[in-house]
This record gives sequence, structure tokens and C-alpha cells, in this order.
Amino acid sequence: MVQYSAARLDVSFTALSDATRRGVLEQLGRADASITDLADRFDMTLTGMKKHVSVLERAGLVTTEKIGRVRTCRLNAGGLEDEAAWIERYRRRWDLRFEALDEIVEDLKQKEDLDGRK
Amino acid sequence: MDENSSELAPRKNRTVVERKSDLELVVTRVFDGPPRIVFEAWAKPELFQRWWVPKSLGVPLRSCEMDVRTGGGYRLEFGLDAANSMAFYGKYIEVTPPSRIVWTNEESGDAGAVTTVTFADQGGRTLLTLSELYPTKEACDEAIQGSAAGLPEQFEQLDALLIDLGDNA
Repeated sequence: MVQYSAARLDVSFTALSDATRRGVLEQLGRADASITDLADRFDMTLTGMKKHVSVLERAGLVTTEKIGRVRTCRLNAGGLEDEAAWIERYRRRWDLRFEALDEIVEDLKQKEDLDGRK
Repeated sequence: MDENSSELAPRKNRTVVERKSDLELVVTRVFDGPPRIVFEAWAKPELFQRWWVPKSLGVPLRSCEMDVRTGGGYRLEFGLDAANSMAFYGKYIEVTPPSRIVWTNEESGDAGAVTTVTFADQGGRTLLTLSELYPTKEACDEAIQGSAAGLPEQFEQLDALLIDLGDNA
């Protein structure tokens, strides 16, 4: 499996042990959001949300960037695994698709054979 | 590349992914049918949606519009309902049956890749090569790491991790 350093794991664990923070990760999985957006969505004060985001940021799960007056948060999924593991996941996704494509290619070939024999 | 695995290998063809550069991901796969057939499965919406969204991804396809010709557009919408859906869209820059399709991915704005898929004849079989070329390294990194389809799996993995940790506490 993937290697985690103990300290890193500890920080990730703390970060994920909170329902709001998990909700924030899920939300950022759908789209980047500003701290204000997140505070609204989770019905929290700006200060409260800033704290949650900074815990996620320390754990390497989220990155933030300040553009003008807005701090945008985005998921840093790479914080959890190394690139090789992600590439393997990406590969598996294509592999699933291609297995389904194999079936269609098979169907079409059979259909061509039938049509050819008419 | 090293050994090109033998004819005796199991029937299943291998999907190979390679990060060619900071900007480019390349997927290759052989199919047991000629290019015109594999091309057809990409170019006909009713066929395309049968394999592009395998059930195992767990995300239903809500709608699929594809006008597969040079200059045509496409739009795929995933999700459970209108409020929780995600759209992927872009344009076909080049469609050359049965050997090549090139399209843009515009849902991510400037970070979107240009995807090129080619179908090469290998004596009745098809070598498919799909390249995703991103405008920046960051965009390419994000595509590998943050894809929406990968997320549910990722959370499952986190759950498993948390349970493990809980047991050991």
C-alpha cells in the first residue's frame, strides 16, 4: 500500500475526524470554493471556517490561494498518495471503460459478420 | 519499452498509462477489432454512452449530446439529479474516420486538456492511443489527482484508513 509517515497520518487523521471538515472536503471535491462560500454552506462564522480550512491545509488535504480579497480553497487530493498511486487509479478507470468497450466491439463485429453473410 | 507480452498471454488486453511529460498523459490499449469498429463505438452517441460510463463508476449519465464531426460539439452530464450534476463539454477539433478524433475539454476553463485519440490498424486489431495534453503542469497534476470519478473511491479509502486507525487505538 501507500506509505504514510506517522506524523503525516496523525495530522490527516485529526483533519478527517471532524464531520464538518469531511463535508468541506466533499464539497471541494465538487468545486473549488472561497472560505466565505464554505462558511455560508456550513452555516458557520468566517473565523470558524478559517480554522477548519487551516487544519485541512496543514494536513495537506486542501490548498488555498488568495486572489484579490478572496481566498479560494481547493482539494489537494495528492496530499494523500504519491503520483504513482494516482496514475494507477486513472489507469483503472480507463481499464473499466475499455472492458465495456471490448463488449461493444465484439457486438459490432458479430453484427458485421451477420450482415456480411446476408 | 521492454517485452511486448506474448500471444499466449490471457485474452484480456492491457491498458497502459504513461505520463509522457509534465503536460501529457497517454493511455494505450489494443482492441480485438478493426479501427472502423472501434471508431464507430466512439463516434455514435448510443454506443459511446454504453461504455464511457461503466456502471462500476457509480455515477449515472443524465444526458449525452454528441455531434461527432470536425467543428461539432458535445455535452455529457453526470449526476443523480439536476441539483447534483456535473457537465463535461467541448468541441471536436478534428474528426477523421476511422483513424482520429481530437476534442477540447472546456468545463475546466483554461485548464482543460486537448484529447487526441487515434486508432491504428494492426492486422485487423486496433491500437488505440489516447493523449491528454494539458496547458500547464498544474492542470495535468490536478487531472490525475482530483478527478471527480476518483473521489468516491478516495473517500472509501479514507474510511478504511479511519477504521483501521480506530481499531488500533
